[in-house]
Amino acid sequence: MGFVYHIGRYFLLLRHTFHLPEKSKLFFKQVVHEMNAQGVNSLGIVAVMSLFMGAVITLQTAFNIDNPLIPQSTIGFATANSMILEFSPTIISLILAGKIGSNIASEIGTMRISEQIDALEIMGINPASYLILPKITAAMLINPFIVIISMGLGIFGGYAAGMFTGVVAQNDFIDGILLDFRPFNVVYALIKCIIFAFIITSISGYQGYYSNGGSLEVGQSSTRAVVFSSIVIVLFNLILTKLLLQ
Amino acid sequence: MIKLLNVCKSFEGRQVLKNISITFEAGKTNLIIGKSGSGKTVMMKSMVGLHEIDSGEIIFGEHSFSKMSFKERKEVRKEIGMVFQGGALFDSYNVEENVMFPLSVFTELTTKEKKDRVNFCLDRVNLVNVGHLFPSEISGGMKKRVSIARAIAMNPKYLFCDEPNSGLDPQTSIVIDNLIHEITQEFNITTIINTHDMNSVMEIGDKIVYIHKGERWWEGDSQSILTTNNEEVVDFVYASKYMKQMRKI
Repeated sequence: MGFVYHIGRYFLLLRHTFHLPEKSKLFFKQVVHEMNAQGVNSLGIVAVMSLFMGAVITLQTAFNIDNPLIPQSTIGFATANSMILEFSPTIISLILAGKIGSNIASEIGTMRISEQIDALEIMGINPASYLILPKITAAMLINPFIVIISMGLGIFGGYAAGMFTGVVAQNDFIDGILLDFRPFNVVYALIKCIIFAFIITSISGYQGYYSNGGSLEVGQSSTRAVVFSSIVIVLFNLILTKLLLQ
Repeated sequence: MIKLLNVCKSFEGRQVLKNISITFEAGKTNLIIGKSGSGKTVMMKSMVGLHEIDSGEIIFGEHSFSKMSFKERKEVRKEIGMVFQGGALFDSYNVEENVMFPLSVFTELTTKEKKDRVNFCLDRVNLVNVGHLFPSEISGGMKKRVSIARAIAMNPKYLFCDEPNSGLDPQTSIVIDNLIHEITQEFNITTIINTHDMNSVMEIGDKIVYIHKGERWWEGDSQSILTTNNEEVVDFVYASKYMKQMRKI
């Protein structure tokens, strides 16, 4: 029963969220601010994770290919496809769910318990639209760029690891990247990351918006935001993969 | 003027407001007093629409607020200023941006005009050279004053203050009280204040309503509250031993 209640309240909140902003100039200013806070400030962790994951995928693939009949270019192929299809859109989104999701839930939750949301409402401002819509918009706009950067850095990490350790020749690795390259895979990854961006920001916004009590409850909302965003991301990952790749 | 007609409100079967009817007049400082948990805050939040009432009517001027649509309420809310117990200032904005916020959202004023208005409001609450400071960098009394400045930025017709003196020392409390009282008279605002503070009651109470267990128990002014024989009110006003002795004298 509680599950149905939360689903219903989540969609009601979305209905309030998707309203025209009070002032478009203010809205765009907020979107730019959020793009910086959510996107640019996440580049560091995304870069580190992507570089090392790309390197690890390369080394693990090389370690597991001991059959001389399998060409070395498979390592580059596996690294590129792992990064493009799964790591960059899904795992990076899960990392962002932890970083951005907890941030959004605690920010909005603190505003709720300190009556700042009530203050907005009394001024005649739609708080859901004012607080959550710019975050959703910003995440959906900036996350594809983050994912593309992650793809590039991951493949570069794999290339660098292969080159420094000598498990794969440079030419073989590049051949592997180009082998059977499907541009639709990138489109698929971007579609996934845009939907995941919506999931992260809307679920975290919901958790923060309906926080009550004190700092303990805000912490719990923040945790719930990360947990539920992650679960919904992996669920939608399966659904989208089935819909788009088969 | 704000009128409450037979207002009832309950939470999960527990009735918090019982058939309350009161009229708050413009240009007067109306005080709602009562013990903790008597329903004062619920009444104030119901008046501004943060809680939906179960039955009855809340009338702002000539219009029934409780029967209005979301859009209509939005228009009335532009005429409402509210000072929250904790200030409710936006943490990510500095003092100037906090006061400027409603002007930026609802008006087409130029930046210079907005800044002039902000400076006027901050001057009015005796705050100078603090525009660049963030809420975390100012004292509790200053937060309350910034909150008042933000509340009056849009020239409201109605001003609601939820325990504006809580957590403040007696002298600062009186400064805040007098400020609200002056603003009320100067701009002919209908001001409603929730308070426990007897100093406020005596200092600025043009009209005082005592709420007890969700009911309008007593109504009067700062003079009649001292002479009333209503037991509940007497217990509230003369709560301390010292005050009880004073009453006997």
